[in-house]
Amino acid sequence: MSPLLEVRSVTRRFGGLVAVDSVAFDVAEKEILSVIGPNGAGKSTLFKLIASFLKTSSGEVIFKGEKISDRSPHEVARRGVVRTFQETTIFRGMTVRDNVIVAHHLRSKASLAGYFFASGDARADEAAFARSADEICDFIGLGEIKDEMASNLPQGHLRALGIAIGLATDPAVLLLDEPFAGMNHDETMRTVELVRGVRDERGVTVLLVEHDMPAVMSISDRIVVLNFGQKIAEGTPAEIRADDKVIEAYLGAEDESIGL
Amino acid sequence: MGTGLRIAGVLLFLAIVFLGVPWAIQASGRWDFYYTLTSVALLAIASAGVWLTFYIGRINIGQGAYALTGGYVSAILVMQAGWNFWLTLPVAGIFCALVSVLIGLPILRLRGVYFAMVTLVLTEVARLTALALPITNGAKGITSIPLPGEVSILGLTLIPAIDTFGDVKLAFYLVAAALMVIVFAGMYRLVNSRIGHLCRSLQQNEELASSIGVNITYLRIVAYAISSFLGGIAGAMFVAISQSIYPSSFTVVDSVNFMLNCFLGGLAYVFGPILGTLVLYFGWDLLFETGRFQLLIYSSVLILIIVLLPNGLLSVFERKRATAR
Repeated sequence: MSPLLEVRSVTRRFGGLVAVDSVAFDVAEKEILSVIGPNGAGKSTLFKLIASFLKTSSGEVIFKGEKISDRSPHEVARRGVVRTFQETTIFRGMTVRDNVIVAHHLRSKASLAGYFFASGDARADEAAFARSADEICDFIGLGEIKDEMASNLPQGHLRALGIAIGLATDPAVLLLDEPFAGMNHDETMRTVELVRGVRDERGVTVLLVEHDMPAVMSISDRIVVLNFGQKIAEGTPAEIRADDKVIEAYLGAEDESIGL
Repeated sequence: MGTGLRIAGVLLFLAIVFLGVPWAIQASGRWDFYYTLTSVALLAIASAGVWLTFYIGRINIGQGAYALTGGYVSAILVMQAGWNFWLTLPVAGIFCALVSVLIGLPILRLRGVYFAMVTLVLTEVARLTALALPITNGAKGITSIPLPGEVSILGLTLIPAIDTFGDVKLAFYLVAAALMVIVFAGMYRLVNSRIGHLCRSLQQNEELASSIGVNITYLRIVAYAISSFLGGIAGAMFVAISQSIYPSSFTVVDSVNFMLNCFLGGLAYVFGPILGTLVLYFGWDLLFETGRFQLLIYSSVLILIIVLLPNGLLSVFERKRATAR
């Protein structure tokens, strides 16, 4: 079976700095794959390249046999590859429910004019979006607070809302940028379950960038490790745990050389 | 607010505009208020356009350019091609919308103060273009434009010629007010439909909007084109009333005023531009009798309003509702 998403020796330079250096890996359908690495390893840059928020310097990203890199973000989203954001990026001036409703944009059947004149399609869309938004809010665990202004939500709920917004687009692949950052153990475990649910119950392939090692080890089917922009390892959590290069990258090679 | 209350509000507004104002002017004999209020209605239409660009998160100080362009398009079509004014009205709007697409494609990428600065220049560019082109007749402008004639299909009169009315001022007032009502009904529908929801998503976070698949470039262009369309028809209507147009008919000051109207009324309220324009324009007129203190009083009141109600005049009601809760 051919992979759902292929990253083919993607490179991105910023001036003299090579942030991502011919990184290549495949993502299979309904897989949870994590990209990890020390700070500045190029994880977030790689994510932006996959979602076309940045242009590649060379290489390409293929989704279902079609090149999706170097397009505009909304075109990539339309094809089913949707990212959430590292910072808690949401529509702050809307209620939780409105955040999720507006994110149904890609499922629209009516045109802008159709919405203006409340055509049959438009009314059907709006009813369907409202229903689906309620269902997604319940699924994510925001059902109780869906009429709350998004700007009033605590950190943990904001992250969940970010995932809900992503789900509303009906993605094939969801790119989660540090979904566990800044969370305590309980919140992390709850979010891990949530991400599993996204894959198991909704059939969404999940690609995530993360720092939190225990969470990554428990959630991932496979892990790709980056260091200084290069892929240094790829494998199951057990393989990664035992990989010398990974241990070196995280603990630092220089330590050894100075006798520590 | 309940639906019944809302309908009552709309009916009351319509009654004031179409019955109350003519009656009050009749009773007081202040016929000059017709011209003032006609101007308010038309300026409110142009301001509605500016408001819509605010609604997608762009500060637009260039509406004067489109009002001027719309005015010239209408004047030239009436004078040189012999068109009926009523036909030139939509054409002027559409022409402005098309021009704004060409201008908007490069400049709508800019955000915040950068976009504002470029739009500020647009009005000046439009003025200089009108001065330089032969078809606009330079600084002498286009004058003695005939009043709008009648529109008829197969001998059936749809719109009678404006000078068949006994009172031309009243006729123009009613036309401008009707135009304003139609435009704001459309704006209300736009903002309360899914399009408005998408515009708000753009205003609040463009990156996230594009990640949920919104074609932000397209939506920005559509909003800016509608905005410029409204500027164009307001400008054309003005020309029909004053029967003349000059390069200085709409200047940078007008563009700034269009923006101020939106601020004053409240950027979060679709009807804000009407109230803002009324207060700014009518207030200025009312203060005429204070003579040399006119500007002083006017500016002081403006500063006070902006300090006390930073979210616009209509936020008064919002505050009441918030404390009532």
